[in-house]
Amino acid sequence: MPSSSTAPDSMEPEVVVTEEDLATTDEILKQHQYDRSEMIAILLGVQDALGYLPVPVLKHLAERLEVSPISLFGIVTFYTSFRLNPPGRHKCTVCMGTACHVRGAVNVLKEFERRLDISAGSTTPDRHFQLETVNCVGACAIGPLVIVDDEYHGNITPIKIPRLLRRLERDKAEDVT
Amino acid sequence: MTGKIRSVSELHEFQASLKEELQGDRTVITLCAGPGCAASGADNVAKAFRKHIEEMGLTDQVTFKCTGCHGFCALAPVVAIDPAGYCYEGVKQADVKDILERTIIGGEVIEKLLYVDPETGEPVLYEKDIPFYKHQDRILLAENRQIDPDRLEDFLAIDGYSALAKVLDEMSSEDVIQAILDSGLRGRGGAGFPTGLKWQIAHQQTAEPKYIVCNADEGDPGAFMDRGIIEGNPHRVIEGMCIGARAIGANQGFVYVRYEYPIAVQRINQAVDQAREAGLLGENILGSDFSFDLKVVMGAGAFVCGEETALIASLEGKKGEPVQRPPFPVESGYRGKPTVINNVESWTCVPHVIGKGAEWFSSIGSEGSKGTKIFSLVGKVKNTGLVEVPMGTTIRKIVYDIGGGVPNGKSFKAIQTGGPAGGCLPEDLIDLPIDFEALTKAGTIMGSGGLIVMDESTCMVDVARYFTRFLEEESCGKCYSCRKGTQRMRELLDDICEGKGTLDHLDLLEELGETVNNASMCGLGQNAANPVLSTLRYFRHEYEAHITEHRCSAGVCAALIRYFIQEELCDGCHACSKVCPVEAISGEKDLEHEIDPDVCITCGSCIEVCPTDAIIIVSGSGEEA
Repeated sequence: MPSSSTAPDSMEPEVVVTEEDLATTDEILKQHQYDRSEMIAILLGVQDALGYLPVPVLKHLAERLEVSPISLFGIVTFYTSFRLNPPGRHKCTVCMGTACHVRGAVNVLKEFERRLDISAGSTTPDRHFQLETVNCVGACAIGPLVIVDDEYHGNITPIKIPRLLRRLERDKAEDVT
Repeated sequence: MTGKIRSVSELHEFQASLKEELQGDRTVITLCAGPGCAASGADNVAKAFRKHIEEMGLTDQVTFKCTGCHGFCALAPVVAIDPAGYCYEGVKQADVKDILERTIIGGEVIEKLLYVDPETGEPVLYEKDIPFYKHQDRILLAENRQIDPDRLEDFLAIDGYSALAKVLDEMSSEDVIQAILDSGLRGRGGAGFPTGLKWQIAHQQTAEPKYIVCNADEGDPGAFMDRGIIEGNPHRVIEGMCIGARAIGANQGFVYVRYEYPIAVQRINQAVDQAREAGLLGENILGSDFSFDLKVVMGAGAFVCGEETALIASLEGKKGEPVQRPPFPVESGYRGKPTVINNVESWTCVPHVIGKGAEWFSSIGSEGSKGTKIFSLVGKVKNTGLVEVPMGTTIRKIVYDIGGGVPNGKSFKAIQTGGPAGGCLPEDLIDLPIDFEALTKAGTIMGSGGLIVMDESTCMVDVARYFTRFLEEESCGKCYSCRKGTQRMRELLDDICEGKGTLDHLDLLEELGETVNNASMCGLGQNAANPVLSTLRYFRHEYEAHITEHRCSAGVCAALIRYFIQEELCDGCHACSKVCPVEAISGEKDLEHEIDPDVCITCGSCIEVCPTDAIIIVSGSGEEA
């Protein structure tokens, strides 16, 4: 089964969902006419708006669409693009496609995991970094490829990682304030 | 656009006026903004061109456009200059002013931006003479270079939608289906089912409504043909779908695109809106009695959704789990109604078949596989990119004549075809013609067209493990044989890669592999053991070396290798110890260095920076990997 949409971590503080989040969700439901066959588009829309799919929002969705929460949860965990945890401030996605693999993507991913001290599919405790993998983004010619906050970086080797990360650490102070 | 085009004759008039407008004697600068070029800074180059053209007052003489993928990603970003036919490679922002001043105004060629033929060492002036392009037959991809995918006008200027007009004007459904049957077009998504036959069955169904679907869920890692087409030439896909819809009697269609391709999603959505506005989608297309509309639906990241019944489930808002066939989607598909699903490249072929005739199409290719096929040529090959050749072209021609062979003086080991559920072919089979039959006979599949070249530094056991892990993760879990079989195969491969394997592991893998392929329901499970079985068939000796000698000759399997500095070559420059992320390298300045194998994480950074090539990977009983 696709693995990156992991179940909520029990160590996480309780998810607080605001009235506003639920209103946003209702707005998206309305755009899709509460049509269950639009489920995936609805979920993508909600995730786009909220950054992730908090469990209380999923329960709310299930209620509004009159489906069981378990079947909704089944859909969410089936597809790799859905996440149940809040995202990090900066997202690093390592492409693990075949072309990247034969050019050394494994070492690139390992180095990210080692330096950030998290495994792929998770977020650093300070939520500054989020590390993900993707099974090919179709830019195979310039692999190994890393996508940092939507920007593509080609021909990446472990040596180039510290510089990438340093750039992303500059706004770390803002996290605290 | 000027509003709706109301008839076929209006379309032709409009095309003619656009041609005149767009193709004068202006110089056309075309920047490739496909995935590879965009990732190599094409956006900034585009901005620079627009700015300088304006500033230098060249707007009346020069047309600048950004197009989809030209194909030669290894040279990214690529700029073509017409009508001269020059091609500049690796163009940076700083080169832009120079190009405009020297080439456009001065008529001079900038030699440092030309491609240098590695065979002759000579720069190549014209794009058509670059070996990568010279040895291809580009029919579908050639259009990418001609049009700005944001502009319907550009597409109309190359006679876009003329095939649809022909269908509406002079062909019956039966004529269209017969033409597709006669052309010998087979589905480009992997299985190679005759497209015309699929349409014929759908046409014969009495249930209504009927649907058509474009499968743009290009999930094979290492393949980006469909991305290249949708991003570069979205209207060709729409035109193909309109023709298919007319033939089978559908009024509604879907384009199912992966969410991992955000630009493709944007382009196809934009193209659908443009087509609708121009009267090329919607009610009474081109004033005819034919009405058809399209909806773009995004996938959410599941490889199995490339399988047609899983794709339909996903379209219906469910988990993308395949269901048993028959009934096939042509009988009972989306919402239980007849549904024709073809892949992006198949749809793109359709207007060409109609426009140029079935006979023309069937004159290209091999006995059982007609037309051209786009491959994404990647991995350990010099000229990576998108390649289009007639079906039946040999692997040698693709890898060497077009691809320029293996880089860095290494030798070719294998080529992987067919995506994760495909197989690896060894060097002995390099003269194999690539078509549906030949590949199946050799134990692999055509798949959608990914070609991944592997050299001596690629470990075939590791590759088998990579694909098996991929399939394990992407198995929907419905069939036990696939769910558990891929997991057990991966565990056996883990053992071998970690030096814990026995020769019995190989027999088990074979037995298990046969079972997984035979006992699973959908295409994913039925091919899930191909990576293992094909590598066992052609590279058994590598498995055996891992087991009996604990030797990974490619130097990949971390548990079996060690990095080693050759004393006599090391000049103690500290380059390696500076980059080592775990401080595993010790040694005084100017004296030979040493790597502590217990600390080393085999990341390869030291090899990358060593100026004297003193560092090697050893495996087994200490010989160089």
